[in-house]
Order: sequence, then structure tokens, then C-alpha cells
Amino acid sequence: MTTALTFVAAEGEGFTAPGPGSFELPPVFEIGSLGVTKSMLLIILSAFIVVGLSWYASRKAAVVPGRAQFAGEYLYGFIRNGVARDSIGSEHFMKFVPYLFSLFTFILVNNYYGIVPFLQFPSFSRISYVYGLAALTWLIYNGVGIAKHGFLGYLKLQTIPSGMKGPILVLLIPLEFLSNILVRPATLALRLFANLFAGHLLLILFSLGGAYLILDSGNAWYAPVGVVSFLLGIAVSFLEMLVMFLQAYVFTLLTAMYIGSALADEH
Amino acid sequence: MDTTLLAAEGEHSPLAVEWPELILGLIVFGIVVALVAKFVVPNFEKAYAERTAAIEGGIEDAQQAQKEAQAALEKYNAQLAEARTEAARIREEAKEQGAQIVTELREQAKAEADRITAAAHAQVEAERAQVLAQLKAEVGDLATQLAGRIVGESLEEEARQKRTVERFITELEGSAN
Repeated sequence: MTTALTFVAAEGEGFTAPGPGSFELPPVFEIGSLGVTKSMLLIILSAFIVVGLSWYASRKAAVVPGRAQFAGEYLYGFIRNGVARDSIGSEHFMKFVPYLFSLFTFILVNNYYGIVPFLQFPSFSRISYVYGLAALTWLIYNGVGIAKHGFLGYLKLQTIPSGMKGPILVLLIPLEFLSNILVRPATLALRLFANLFAGHLLLILFSLGGAYLILDSGNAWYAPVGVVSFLLGIAVSFLEMLVMFLQAYVFTLLTAMYIGSALADEH
Repeated sequence: MDTTLLAAEGEHSPLAVEWPELILGLIVFGIVVALVAKFVVPNFEKAYAERTAAIEGGIEDAQQAQKEAQAALEKYNAQLAEARTEAARIREEAKEQGAQIVTELREQAKAEADRITAAAHAQVEAERAQVLAQLKAEVGDLATQLAGRIVGESLEEEARQKRTVERFITELEGSAN
């Protein structure tokens, strides 16, 4: 907000810098009193993309894969073996592969909306969706942990590091409880949201700023700076492509690791 | 700067929960997970399993084929060795048989020769006896004629003549012995 205000003060005549308000899009249409926004439509579209593409890639299940199946298997194998099996262990991982594969592809598609022309809105820059996913992950890893170790056994597993005894536990138990049970979903949600939010903000800033400097500033000397701003925007787009992939991977990997630690016999 | 926009921004913290979005997100993601679990993961797993089976089956087939080839080779080698011994045995037998045949033939020939020799001997003996008998008769005649002429009288009675001749021959034989 303050940034916006300084910009207003500096420019005098009104460049509106993008801010959190840029993510508050008006509803595309309304059903009753419920406004259906762009991000809602994008989330629904992502379900079709994820299920459609992965079904298309896997439908033949041929021994000698075609191009689509090979690509699908590559991605599937990456999550199945590289994330699920390595983090959860070969005994239990298969149960969680559908969830993890869906999680990764769902986040990936929604993230890449941010750089797809005309869509250009990463759904997870709206934190409510991320809260949902983080809550689901939290429920799952605590749920399987309690199912395996019992409620108290699970609490003991998560709060008492193995080999710790004596008065130090008075300090450790609350800390471990805080970090393993309470903070995990929050960091999980904030990490994904903040990366997407900030990245999208940067892209808007560079493109709107560039457009303003070239077209609307009324000062021809600003135009080259505007071009630089566009070029930087393009560079940031490539950076964002990396971040979008990484955040999807990190979210999925952390989910798998939390499940793995909840199922572990000792940690 | 649009003040209404500012106000709008002030109302919504970006961290605030928008329940419709949260619930929609969960529903959509839940559907995605369900569909992926039902239609996508089993297919990929099936492809993996089939590929693993195909590769393992291929290896097993190859091992099987190798084993069979090994067995066949051993069988052929065994048969070859057997055939060699057989051939050697047959050769040996042939040699023996040949030797035996030669021996038999030799014995046969010898027997034949002996037989021929014996027959010849017997014939010669018989002829000699015949000649001897003839000779005896002729010698008797000659001797009778000679004796008649010398004595001047003809011995009329044939029986007496014969007796005289036989006596004479017996004496001759006795003197010859």
C-alpha cells in the first residue's frame, strides 16, 4: 500500500502500481450471490487438463509406450519413484502415489497458468486454494500417523526425538509439537502462495510499468526505460517458470516427507 | 489513485480465507485425486507391471533357450561319442570276422585237400590191387602154359589147375612177405 502511495506521490498524475488488489479480480459471472471469479474457472479447467492429459497418456498402458505414454510415464515415474518411494519407503508408498501425483500435476498446471498467454493468473496466488491443499496434506499425514501408532504413540513420535531423556524434554516437546504439527501446514501454504503471489506481482509490475513508461508517462525519455522494464519482465518470466516447477515439486516432496516421517518407526 | 480500490484492498488481506474458493479448490482437487486414482494410476502401474513381466519373461525365455541348446549340444556330443565307439566296435568285429573267415576257409581248403589226397590214395590203392589181381591171373596163365609146355602135358581139370595156381600165388605172396 505504501509503495502504491509513494508511486502516486512521485508520478503525480497516477501510475497505479500493482498490489494485493491486483489479485482481487471481479467475478466473471454470478450464480445467485456467489461471484464466480477467474481463478475458480481456472481451477476447474486445471482438473480437466490434469485428468484429461494423464488419462490420455496412460489409457493404452502399452508395454512399448508411444510418445504421450512415455511423457506421462516419465512424469509419473518421477513422482512415484523419485518422490513417493524415496520419501515414504517402498513398503507403504503405493497408497499415496495417486494423491502425490495429483498434487504435483494439479499445482504444476495451476502454477503455469501464470505464464500462459490470456490466462496469465496463477491460481495459487489466491491463498484459499493453498489453504485447502495444505489442510488436506496436514490431515493425511497426521491421519496415517495416528492410524499406525495410535494417538499418543503418534504424539510421542512427533514430539520426542529418539534418544532424548530428562528435563530437556520440557523444552523439546512444545517445540517439536509446534514445528511438526502446527507450523508445517502454515509454512507449506505460505511458501507456495508467497512465491506465486510475489512472482505474479513482479510480472505485473514490469509489464504495467513498462507500458506506462512507454505510452502514458508523457515523457519520451522514459520510453527506453520502459523497454528495459519489458525485457526484465521477460527474464523474470523465465525465472518464474523455474519457480513454478520448483514450488510444485517442493510442496509434493514435503507432503511425501511428512507422510514418511509420520509412518516412520523412529525419527 | 482510486480511493475505492484502496478501500477494497484494505478490506481483503491476501492471507484471508475465501471460503468459496477454499471449498471449490478442495472439491475440484478431490475429484482430480479420485479420477487419477481410478483411471490413471492403475494404467501406469499395469504398464509397469507388464513391461517388467515382458522383460523378465524375455530373460527367462533366453535362459530356457540357452539351457535347451546346452542340452541338445550334450545330447549330440553323447551321440557322437556313442557312434564313435559303435564304429570302433564294428571295425573290431569285422576284423575278427575276417580273421575267422580266413581261418575257416583255410581249414576247409585243407580238409578238401586231405579229402582229395585220400581219395587219390584209395583209387591208386584200388587200381593197384586190381592190377595185382589181373597180374596174378595172367601170371597164373603164363605159368600154366609155360609149365604145360615144359611138362608136355595139359592139365585137364580146371579145378585142379586153379588150386595149383592159387597155391602158387599164395606161395608167391608168402615169399613176397
